[in-house]
Amino acid sequence: MTPVVQADALSGGFADPPVQAARAFRAILSAMARPGTICDVAGAAPPAPLSVGAGVAILVLADGTTPVHLAPSHDTAAVRDWITFHTGAPLVGAGQAVFALGTWPALAPVDRFAIGTAEYPDRSATLIVEMPALSAQGARLTGPGIRETAQLSLPEVAAFAANRALFPLGFDVILTAGDRLAGLPRSTVVEAA
Amino acid sequence: MTSEVYNFAYLDELTKRMIRRAILKGVAVPGYQVPFASREMPMPYGWGTGGVQVTAACLMPEDVLKVIDQGADDTTNAVSIRKFFVRTAGVATTEATDQASVIQTRHRIPETPLTEDQILVFQVPIPEPLRFLEPRETETRRMHALEDYGLMHVKLYEDIARHGEIATSYAYPVRVEGRYVMDPSPIPRFDNPKMSDCPAIQLFGAGREQRIYALPPWTQVVSLDFEDHPFTASKADHACDLCAAEDSYLDEVITDDRGGRMFVCSDTDYCRSRREAGHLGRLGAPYEEAAP
Repeated sequence: MTPVVQADALSGGFADPPVQAARAFRAILSAMARPGTICDVAGAAPPAPLSVGAGVAILVLADGTTPVHLAPSHDTAAVRDWITFHTGAPLVGAGQAVFALGTWPALAPVDRFAIGTAEYPDRSATLIVEMPALSAQGARLTGPGIRETAQLSLPEVAAFAANRALFPLGFDVILTAGDRLAGLPRSTVVEAA
Repeated sequence: MTSEVYNFAYLDELTKRMIRRAILKGVAVPGYQVPFASREMPMPYGWGTGGVQVTAACLMPEDVLKVIDQGADDTTNAVSIRKFFVRTAGVATTEATDQASVIQTRHRIPETPLTEDQILVFQVPIPEPLRFLEPRETETRRMHALEDYGLMHVKLYEDIARHGEIATSYAYPVRVEGRYVMDPSPIPRFDNPKMSDCPAIQLFGAGREQRIYALPPWTQVVSLDFEDHPFTASKADHACDLCAAEDSYLDEVITDDRGGRMFVCSDTDYCRSRREAGHLGRLGAPYEEAAP
């Protein structure tokens, strides 16, 4: 028997994709280019537990060419159906993922994800990490995109410091909470405040 | 007015997603050239197809777009690209650097300092700084992977041995955050210092060569040099003949066949705003508003 796709999966996408995706991309670009900056996004209404921010990131960036990994926290039938219907992205294991989605504890251990190769460091995963909240406090950030220092409420420090040590390899991170998101590219140096 | 027959900003959404992913990876690894599936655009290679694709992937309806070609807002390339986006994206345009939110440029960085709210998109012909030293992509890719940039220093050394100084006057190679050697696109080396610690996001698109790279704001960009032959940002040793600016990059214009010449700002917006403010150069006439 063919599994039935719930009607909910068909709604919750962009109403006007070219324009809403353009605005959302600029927010994501701004967040990734200025680590520590928290941006508002809008336009997606994904099923719980997927946040608006993570839903927007998926709609803007994922498609049939980008395998997505769902961590156990987000691996529900509703989320699977929604992503499959709206993006066509294949759902895969952690090792093959271009995007990985979940809470920080559910994504662990993060050394499963692609970090690129010395000749193609761009062939690395982007983790979309669902957070309970985001604020400009906590770990101290320095590096490209940051004038002096910035602060961001990261789930931990050690894993991001280890990721930075791999530069120019490493994964990149989009942190989401509700309709807000922040970026943490691999180039950012993360220290405990 | 937007033409209804095109998707917003010309490109289809699948293409924009692919370009947007490449831009984000470029931002995450400053100076590294990200391969992307460059599309055929309705203009020839060499006219900014890479820059146009990056701009198309970034534009929002609220943007105010400025396009310059060698600093000028009124040359064929700049006018054509501006019209292209007015027609396909319906965005507002401007010639004033401080009014623009997205600036696409061919071979200059505006004289007016950029701000945090701006994106500067460069059109790049040959993105690989090592290409004329090593034609094989497999080799240059390995050289970047191994940070093997000795060949570039040999080239600069040979410049000094032959000319007494580093004679590279445009597309002067830079090192980004102490890691990747990057081609700044064929901007004059006068513009190189503006790339470092710039508040704006700088994106580079090479259409024919299918590469995108990026500099996030406040990124350290160092022009390659030697301790005993430090980098200098050179320009013609004159003031602008129209606006008397001594700090702007100048174009030399031949005015007759008896050796007559004048020097004018390459940045037309900068020159105009200075003349509006009453600055007058050697050959300048007092500024008058153009007739509507």
